[in-house]
Amino acid sequence: MKINYSQATARAVQEALQADPKVFLIGSTFAGLSNAGRAAFAPVLQEFASRVMPAPVSELGLAGAAIGAALSGCRPLMDVGAGSFAFQAWAQIANEAPNIHYMSGGQSRVPVTFYCLIGIRGAGAAQHSHRIQAMLGNIPGLQLLLPATPADAYGMLKWALTESDNPTIYISHSKLLEDEEEVDFTAPALPIGKARICREGRDLTIVAHSVMVPRSMAAAALLAREHGVEAEVIDMRTLCPLDRETLLHSVAKTGRAVVADECHLSFGAGAEFAATLARGAFGYLKAPVHRVATPDVPIPYSPKLEAALVVTPEKIAAEALAVMNFRKA
Amino acid sequence: MGNAANPTQRLESMLRIRRFEEQVIRLAKAGAFPGHYHVYIGQEATAVTVCENLIPEDMIFSTWRNHGHLLARGASPERMLAEILGRATGYARGKSGTLHLAVTDLGAPATSAMVGGALPLATGAALGLKHQGSSGIVVAFFGDAALDEGAFYEAINLAAVWKVPILYLCENNSIPPEKRKRGQFPSSTLSAAQLVDIAHAFQIQSEVVDGADTDALSECFRRLVGEVRTTSSPRFVEVRCTRWPGNVPVWPELAGGEWNLNWAFGTKPELPELATWVEASDPLSRYLRRLLDSGQLSRQVAATTDTRVREEIAKAARFAESSPWPDPAEAMHGTFAGARQP
Repeated sequence: MKINYSQATARAVQEALQADPKVFLIGSTFAGLSNAGRAAFAPVLQEFASRVMPAPVSELGLAGAAIGAALSGCRPLMDVGAGSFAFQAWAQIANEAPNIHYMSGGQSRVPVTFYCLIGIRGAGAAQHSHRIQAMLGNIPGLQLLLPATPADAYGMLKWALTESDNPTIYISHSKLLEDEEEVDFTAPALPIGKARICREGRDLTIVAHSVMVPRSMAAAALLAREHGVEAEVIDMRTLCPLDRETLLHSVAKTGRAVVADECHLSFGAGAEFAATLARGAFGYLKAPVHRVATPDVPIPYSPKLEAALVVTPEKIAAEALAVMNFRKA
Repeated sequence: MGNAANPTQRLESMLRIRRFEEQVIRLAKAGAFPGHYHVYIGQEATAVTVCENLIPEDMIFSTWRNHGHLLARGASPERMLAEILGRATGYARGKSGTLHLAVTDLGAPATSAMVGGALPLATGAALGLKHQGSSGIVVAFFGDAALDEGAFYEAINLAAVWKVPILYLCENNSIPPEKRKRGQFPSSTLSAAQLVDIAHAFQIQSEVVDGADTDALSECFRRLVGEVRTTSSPRFVEVRCTRWPGNVPVWPELAGGEWNLNWAFGTKPELPELATWVEASDPLSRYLRRLLDSGQLSRQVAATTDTRVREEIAKAARFAESSPWPDPAEAMHGTFAGARQP
């Protein structure tokens, strides 16, 4: 059936609530400022009203409470809200949840899920536009899921809520909420931790995740149409676990790579992909690995200024051409 | 639970903590383990009397000063000391050390060494117990410095809004007696004149109790744990402890020597500040003296109890020191539960 990203997310929440009485919600504004998205969640929140805890504006306390509820045997989903709000809860998300299993010597498990809506969303300016995945990726003990499609939004969130034994950051993106696709809910899902080849190609690999996936697909279409370049597009899907194998396998075939990343350039998720290729695909590379990422400046408010920083299909395609045209001096 | 009525058992629990902590200090001074550590000497009656009222379904959350809380809950001195020494036989196989000691089977699943860090966790655990229809409650132990942290305010607000079964137990040991100006309490760092006022402002019933008065603590916790359990709502209690002189320096010291049973029989410690503390502020000396004075216990039973506890702790130390180090490869295991590894 044809379903959009918000509807798929809401369906995962609904099915998890139906499947397991230990699942409950702390906070409930999962679709952020999207009215269509909120409408998708409304029936679920109504059906399970008694399992939706009212949430004061208290990210630190709520995040810790979600972890504590998981320690008591529940499987809570906490709505952090904008990814930027995770900073309010950082002490709990970064320094309590990921350490508990390890530092208890395996005695305790923390099946908690944090829902974050990240990204440069239009008029979010500097404080509401953060992409937090690279920072979280530097913290051992957190699973980082970044679905780019409705099917993955459904599959990954349902997995986190009903199967995972570990703290999970489920990272949605404001610019994906209304994307639609055909989803076969009976089809077996790609396992968590596997990257997906979204488009096969022989000339170069575009390494993407989250909102960069549809933009990389658009870039690949542009490259094929206007330049005869056949790009392979990989959706990394999860940063932890990280499927380095699929990435290396693709670049071993194409010999060239562009990393498209909405994180800031320095120390972003793309840096890890590039380092993986430098170490593992050195012998296959015909050109240096390039990155297209958000420049290292805070996100400005004015639409004209924001647009100047956004990683677009055109910028990805231009970088891909630069890689294609590389000649050793 | 049942042992509230048994003074010998209560005395033994308090002695176990005292002798354990003295052993920890001796091991630290001997270089048996690296890093900073915190001991519970002078606060034993608090952990012991509150845990007397707990049932297996209950959970506790502690801090870097966790040894007394866990021992009172029934943790093994052997495995605790082994963990403090970083050995493979410790509760966390050497991954937690003293700061994060946790015993999940005893309802102590996570010990945060971040000031105030466990308060949101404890509040959420109480929410989780309530959600599951458990008869269990949560006791959150923390020091007065946790009230300097924003996490405290968010946590107690959530507990009051959600109406969850949790006892916030603040052990206020902020000011060593010789540094305290007349009437100066409750804290060296908060502008609040009374800590209970803070909880009151959140509509949480609150009270103050003397941490050196074991009978007062026992009465207070029996009542408060019962209220938390029956009403499924939070309570706040400030236990006023007077810091043991050995806890005044940056690194704990057995100032004036280890605790001596004779101090309860009338002999005074030589160190003047220790003599003052033992006389007025030490829950263990005061409780034992009261048991002797009221004829509930003989000196002989006190002495044999102490001997038994000393032997138990000495044996635990031998166990810990003779335990193997973890295999270095263990460092790479256990980041994630289950088969999944990064």
